[in-house]
Amino acid sequence: MAQRNNKYDRQLRIWGEHGQTALERARVCVLNCGPTGSEALKNLVLGGIGSFTIVDASEVSVSDLGNNYLVDWESMGQSKAKSVCALLQELNESVVAKFVEESPEALLKSNPTFFAQFTLVIATQMTETHLLKLEEICRQHNVMLVIARSYGLAGLVRISVREHVIIESKPDNRVEDLRLHIPWPELQSYVDEFDIDTPDNNIHKHIPFAILLIKIAEDWKKAHGGKLPANVRLFKEAITARRRVVEEEDNYTEALKSAYIMLFPPGISSQLRAVLEDKAAEVEASSSDFWIMVAALKQFMANEGQGEPPLDGAIPDMHSFTDYYIKLQKIYQARAEADVTAVEGYVARILKRIGRDSSPIPRSTIKLFCKNSRNLRVLRCKMLSDEYSSRSGSELQRLLAAEESRFFFEQFLCSHPALYILLRAVDHFAATYNRFPGAFDGEIEEDVSRLKSLAVGLLNDMGGGGASLPEDVVSEVCRFGASEIHCVASIVGGIASQECIKLLTRQFTPIQGTLIYNAMSATSLVLNV
Amino acid sequence: MILKKRKKLLESLQNDFRVLVIGAGGLGCELLKDLALSGFGLIHVIDMDTIDVSNLNRQFLFRIQDVGKPKAEVAAARVMQRVKGVTVVPHFCRIEEKDVSFYQDFQIIVLGLDSIEARSYINSVVCGFLVYEEDGSPDMTTIKPLVDGGTEGFRGHARVIYPGLTPCFHCSLWLFPPQVTFPLCTLAETPRSPAHCIEYAHLIQWGQERQGETFDADNPEHMKWIYDQALKRGAQFNISGITYSLTQGVVKNIVPAIASTNAIVAATCALEILKIATMFSTGMDVYMQYTGTEGIYMRTVPHDKDPNCTMCSAGVPVDVDNTITLQKFIDQLLKDSRFKLKLSKPSVSYHGTNLYMQAPPVLEEMTRPNLQLPLLGLMDGNTSGVLNINDRRLTGVLRVRVTFKEGPDSVDMDTVGGV
Repeated sequence: MAQRNNKYDRQLRIWGEHGQTALERARVCVLNCGPTGSEALKNLVLGGIGSFTIVDASEVSVSDLGNNYLVDWESMGQSKAKSVCALLQELNESVVAKFVEESPEALLKSNPTFFAQFTLVIATQMTETHLLKLEEICRQHNVMLVIARSYGLAGLVRISVREHVIIESKPDNRVEDLRLHIPWPELQSYVDEFDIDTPDNNIHKHIPFAILLIKIAEDWKKAHGGKLPANVRLFKEAITARRRVVEEEDNYTEALKSAYIMLFPPGISSQLRAVLEDKAAEVEASSSDFWIMVAALKQFMANEGQGEPPLDGAIPDMHSFTDYYIKLQKIYQARAEADVTAVEGYVARILKRIGRDSSPIPRSTIKLFCKNSRNLRVLRCKMLSDEYSSRSGSELQRLLAAEESRFFFEQFLCSHPALYILLRAVDHFAATYNRFPGAFDGEIEEDVSRLKSLAVGLLNDMGGGGASLPEDVVSEVCRFGASEIHCVASIVGGIASQECIKLLTRQFTPIQGTLIYNAMSATSLVLNV
Repeated sequence: MILKKRKKLLESLQNDFRVLVIGAGGLGCELLKDLALSGFGLIHVIDMDTIDVSNLNRQFLFRIQDVGKPKAEVAAARVMQRVKGVTVVPHFCRIEEKDVSFYQDFQIIVLGLDSIEARSYINSVVCGFLVYEEDGSPDMTTIKPLVDGGTEGFRGHARVIYPGLTPCFHCSLWLFPPQVTFPLCTLAETPRSPAHCIEYAHLIQWGQERQGETFDADNPEHMKWIYDQALKRGAQFNISGITYSLTQGVVKNIVPAIASTNAIVAATCALEILKIATMFSTGMDVYMQYTGTEGIYMRTVPHDKDPNCTMCSAGVPVDVDNTITLQKFIDQLLKDSRFKLKLSKPSVSYHGTNLYMQAPPVLEEMTRPNLQLPLLGLMDGNTSGVLNINDRRLTGVLRVRVTFKEGPDSVDMDTVGGV
């Protein structure tokens, strides 16, 4: 156990014990173990997933030895799935490794329920028609699906899940939940104990900035008919006026830095609002724990919360005496605990109402939910079948038009929508001509025009007619010859594995849309078609 | 990878290109695999570390049996075993232990490092190779491309540095966030967080109570001592939340790391190296940022090099009186606030000619007379030019672009002439 914690130390620090446990329970299936599938799986095996099964009928050939690290010379001519499986096992003895020597396409036909046993399926290097079939099966059995494709110097990653709820989205731009603009009674009492104009200079420079901000705002309101300062600049001036020795008063520096929170508190994000207003929050017997807690959250916010979610309870470090800070910290923690208890009460009443009082939700789960309530997210992925038959080509049209006026858009947007269309067009090409464009050197020029007309036709079908596809991108895609280049596969597989981790741990936010990767510019763009 | 119709190019990659990978850790392992499978035939790798259990969640060239062995050596052996036709030469040592000429031997150097100091060092070595023409443009044959990658959790970056053309590491030091340090008074008098208690034990108590003993973060007994002291301090100040894991994290400045981000960033670097070597595609413009916490975000940011960069520019501008002597010029440099802390006993050279060398004694004696000569004369009468300054305090060369101006003082009789 100590060794397991040691081994995973650098990742436990990101997703914690509960995240790691979720990974260790995961049963992952990988379709096709060329470099894309192998690289995606390598990262997951290193991360400690519970088990994996590779589905691939091909044999190890010379070209595999040149682009796939997870095959070796000794396996030449043998099952590629077997070779990759064995070499992956070496990377982590704790993972259960299996393989099936069949083509994913054949398995889809002969035994579709095979996929029901998995938590998540990674489908690599598969074409449209088969992906559509696979998606149907995965949706039917509530199996998460991650699609990854490496194609020459381009790549694609997409997720397909019916509903993915996230408590711990851990956004980068988290704002501190200090509630300085609405101090509750216990906080207010503590604030009242302070005299921020104390003659004692040592105390003066050790009062926590939260106290300073509340006090100074109070004084302002008293002098201005109960109103807060009209802008941050005025508030900062009022703060500076109470400062004594600029170089030494770090607490005042912190107060100035955080002054804006008084006038612009975090509020309720549009994402949270969408979750609260979601139909699934109208819970009944079969509702999941997440939605039951959302329903409880709504009731809390309508009552004790007064429009605010439960208090986070954590506060940033503040330059001050130890015991001032510790006391303040305890006040925040106590309030957060009280909010959790209130929400727990609503949860219990809801469970009773829907007839589920025999299986309560643990307080620890409710506590985690409350602490992260401001950042809840729900993901519902559009089905591929809807995307492929969509008539929303206008979004693509807009992006393609932007390409042409490169003055107005940054270079990194270059060609992603074109690659999206072309990556679909190559599958149509293959369906028509039984090979991918650029497979034969002698026919490249003809293939370019064949591919172009297929792509333009596709764009028209999607309602994006009129937009033009950059000529150079079309011929580049032809030159790719449907090759699977190791470095590109490593990146595409890397991205796919990272998405899997987010889905399995239920932490951080997965891609919403189709990600197109361009190795020529080293950029990516997520398209919502 | 099969490069259609490019057998010659492949042969060139295999036989003619020498790539140096600095670091055999999270990025290094991925880089070695990526470069080997991209067709590079000769790769060197340098790393001073040995393998630790905590490496195994991402440094896939290592096994549990390898713990304790040198990373560079195990990595090289594993890659050569798996990929036929590639030679990987390991160097188990510090990057500073290699002579500058070692680095000059490689066409491309790629960094999988985890510290600003190490990156700075290599950056200054590579920028030191740079020679500028009289018109201020770099001599292309002296440009040695540097590819740099870094990761932390779900974030990372990759960039290509062409010294003299694109921003060097020093030009863009502002891209790195400042390191977190706690004020002494907080640690000593008003601790508030578990980290404060830990750093107090680490930075203050250790020195007081275990005098003479150098603290070794990899020594479990040392780490446990810090943890115990931190716990005591926490109890004293009513601060909870001190764990052994946190103690390690704070003391060692542990950066969370996972396989997927390393794979993405390393392969991005490897692709850029392949582009430099074969020119099969346009290169990235010029710095790639990667974030995977909210969706996936990979974008490049172009930016220009700092024309006054002390490492890679045509020279930091210094105006001098046109009658100044070499000695007075050196005095002026030492007083210049831009070079504070960088210079103590500078040696000066111009276009490969030593004007004044502080050491060895033989050269010092030979060049000492130049100190009294007018600098303008020593620079062949050119009213502006680039001088290379070397100093024990500098890791590379400091370029200074001198421009001679009419001085407000009357001409000094001692220094007239020499033009």
